[in-house]
Amino acid sequence: MTDAATRTRVARGLGESVLRPDGAAKTQGRFAFTSDLWAEGLLWGRTLRSAEACARIRSIDTGPAWRIPGVAAVVTADDVPGAATYGLDEPDQPVFASTVVRYSGEPLAAVAADHPETARRAIEAIVVEYEPLEGVYEPEQAFNAAPIHPAGNVYRHVRIRRGDSEASGAVVVEGVYEVGMQDQAFMGPESGLAIPAEDGGVELFISTQWLHVDRDQVAACLDLPPEKVRLTLSGVGGAFGAREDVSLQVHVCLLALKTGRPVRMVYSREESFYGHVHRHPARMWMRHHAGADGTLVKVEARIVLDGGAYQSTSTHVVANATCFAPGPYRVPNVVLDGYAVRTNNPPCGAMRGFGAVQACFAHEGQMDKLAAACGIDPVEIRRRNALAHGDRLATGQVVEGTLPTLECIDAAAVLPLPPPAPDDWIARPGGAGRTSEASDVRRGVGWAVGIKNLMYAEGSDDYSTAGCRLRDGFAVITSAAAEVGQGFVTLAGQIGREVLGIDEVTLAAAETATVGSAGSTSASRQTWMSGGAVEAACIAVRQRLLEHVAAVRRIPLEELALVDGRVQSADGRVDVAVADAAPGVVFEATEEFHHGLTHPLDVDGQGDAHVAFAVACHRAVVDVDAGLGLVRVVQIATGQDVGRALNPLAVQGQIEGGIAQGVGLAVMEEIVLERGRIRNPSFTDYLIPTALDMPEVVATLIEQPEPGAPFGAKGVGEPPTVSSHAAVVAAIRAATGLDLRRCPVRPEDIALHS
Amino acid sequence: MSERYTLRVNGRAHEVDGAWLGESLLYVLRERLELPGSKAGCEQGECGSCSVLVDGQLVCSCLVLAAAAVDTDIVTVEGLGGPDDPLTIVQDAFVGEGGVQCGFCTPGLVMAVHDLLARVPAPTDLDVREAVSGNLCRCTGYGRVLAAVQRAMGSGA
Repeated sequence: MTDAATRTRVARGLGESVLRPDGAAKTQGRFAFTSDLWAEGLLWGRTLRSAEACARIRSIDTGPAWRIPGVAAVVTADDVPGAATYGLDEPDQPVFASTVVRYSGEPLAAVAADHPETARRAIEAIVVEYEPLEGVYEPEQAFNAAPIHPAGNVYRHVRIRRGDSEASGAVVVEGVYEVGMQDQAFMGPESGLAIPAEDGGVELFISTQWLHVDRDQVAACLDLPPEKVRLTLSGVGGAFGAREDVSLQVHVCLLALKTGRPVRMVYSREESFYGHVHRHPARMWMRHHAGADGTLVKVEARIVLDGGAYQSTSTHVVANATCFAPGPYRVPNVVLDGYAVRTNNPPCGAMRGFGAVQACFAHEGQMDKLAAACGIDPVEIRRRNALAHGDRLATGQVVEGTLPTLECIDAAAVLPLPPPAPDDWIARPGGAGRTSEASDVRRGVGWAVGIKNLMYAEGSDDYSTAGCRLRDGFAVITSAAAEVGQGFVTLAGQIGREVLGIDEVTLAAAETATVGSAGSTSASRQTWMSGGAVEAACIAVRQRLLEHVAAVRRIPLEELALVDGRVQSADGRVDVAVADAAPGVVFEATEEFHHGLTHPLDVDGQGDAHVAFAVACHRAVVDVDAGLGLVRVVQIATGQDVGRALNPLAVQGQIEGGIAQGVGLAVMEEIVLERGRIRNPSFTDYLIPTALDMPEVVATLIEQPEPGAPFGAKGVGEPPTVSSHAAVVAAIRAATGLDLRRCPVRPEDIALHS
Repeated sequence: MSERYTLRVNGRAHEVDGAWLGESLLYVLRERLELPGSKAGCEQGECGSCSVLVDGQLVCSCLVLAAAAVDTDIVTVEGLGGPDDPLTIVQDAFVGEGGVQCGFCTPGLVMAVHDLLARVPAPTDLDVREAVSGNLCRCTGYGRVLAAVQRAMGSGA
């Protein structure tokens, strides 16, 4: 796959810490996020959301909103011209609820007005009469409750059986674990600008993770052909899974078409908490059987994920949680059942780590219990069972690629431990609150190892499209891959420079009108998939350039090569810079990249369902004031399997940022629900780590190039989030001796039990 | 209820006419004065993405009524660079150290770091962390942001 002809070092090519092309503009405030866009005659859109979590709708009276001066349109389900529902996998979610509401925050209507304050008043003027119903808020009750939706209450049961279900070992440990509902909490709330087009269609400037799948859902709901719905990616203020589903896309386009004017919709932070899916809360039971030496014999698990009111990606999240329930360990016998269920809680879907995060919290808790029961060190028990290339997963699939689990553990283990906390209030648990006395603080060290698949699974025909256009040494790459902050814009240029040997490579705007789908910026897939597509397009263009020179100079094609930015012939007769090799001639190519085939799981959950895997190990050091229940995370050390680091600086940024989200999940982040209502939809009450909360991160990259991956690189975004939370909680257990079964760990979980 | 008032932003007087008096400084900067560099991340003073200087004080512009900022000197991220060196040392350090990912929090962080280094020439690691703890970032985990501050200090910012 990787092409050796240009393997010499290219300036600002692969393997170098090339800086972001959009970095300077972002520091100056010149980079245009969707919420910064403006158009002549702009109206402001706003959504009315259900106050009830489960109710029949008796009536919606929009009359009072219409009577407010400055209101240009009010739309409800009656105004949706096409499909009444949408969904990433299953169109089960209404554009606007009309007969029943299934979660608190479900959209009921939208308005467009001349000022955001007018829009807010109009929303408040709409009168909705509900007949409240008894809802389902406990996932375990969903199985036997009356269906919340015609499609039923169980999104999916994933059943995995391998080996001897009766097998047991000398040591058996059992535990029940819980993970709370985490929010992606990207900094730039949902936003979109819709402009009606002369052909009856609509232009949508949008912050999303996947332009084409948004386009298809919007087109279906608006009853427009896809080519009349043209999406352009605008600046995206982070994503982490929360922009995979449609939020305001249909609403803002509908308002623009109704009014014939541009409409901008930007969610407030509060609305953002209602407007996107969250990480599935999980309840997990696991029982591990092992020999006296800690070698795993069997893993049993029952996992229940709360999918909330609509399906989103629940069926895939539960597949991941179940497939990776044993973690990155060899185990010959498994009995695993995972369920994703429908409740009247807010819908859950994609968030960084996608099911593997929840499973990891349980399997790593179990590994520590097993280590204690066997009298083995927590590191050693993980080393003894570490999954590697050639081993089988719970699904029976043999790991064909690289899987340096052992190397990641050993790399993290040798990183230096932090010094004792300085004698400074702010460095103690509770920080500037000046609450902890130094004598009450205990330090703990914890370990966790996580595994996750890369890219889509279970037979999905996943692909990415990219184009390349070269003229006089200047190349333009086209791709609809969504840049959400991860750095694909940097990588695409690196690949172009590497393959074409030129310095001037730019990336065109991502849009749907002229470029094919790049798939989603999720599942750690864009470096592999769209990186692969960009490479293929650049190689095709390079080939056309060489063919052209061969024809013009009458030299056999096989004697020409592109070396160090020059087209050269073996005999030295041709030696010309790419920029001068074909003056004025344009070379173009568009290529599609598909990953290797995967297959569905069979009735026993067996099959080659995944493309590739990545592992990471985290060692956490915490200081805990057990009496007060306060935790300070001091350091995270990690060894991470990256395949090959194509941009070490960007990889480091992904590792540090991913760990921050893991630290948040461990000790502070949780959406608190009360009968389906979000109690803390704000950054005042939903806390994410600040610079004072964030520990030092020390990382070692394990580079074992992945066969079949473009340039040998694995996606690096998710592994830092898959196991870092589990390591932090393990460290808190080590510091306190408490059997902590749930994350995030709340102060009362420590203080009331110490 | 609307009125006409003047705001002095980045050394220039801007007339604001026909604005609702309930508008925040952030809203007026972004929507009326064509200065969208300050970002709306939470609009309740928690995230710091909207940080600007008002009479030399670092504030969340979402919490200041625009009409209350009359007769003050307001500096936004757009006002930091000069015509000859468009990137300040701090901005250059953010780019060079990888302190920028999605970039939504970046203008606010850049303002906070400028403010810190103007007040405290040689801050400790804890000083720096405290100074930027009012600026939430969800992408970087702050590691490269702190590295950028170190680089900027080394460059004599």
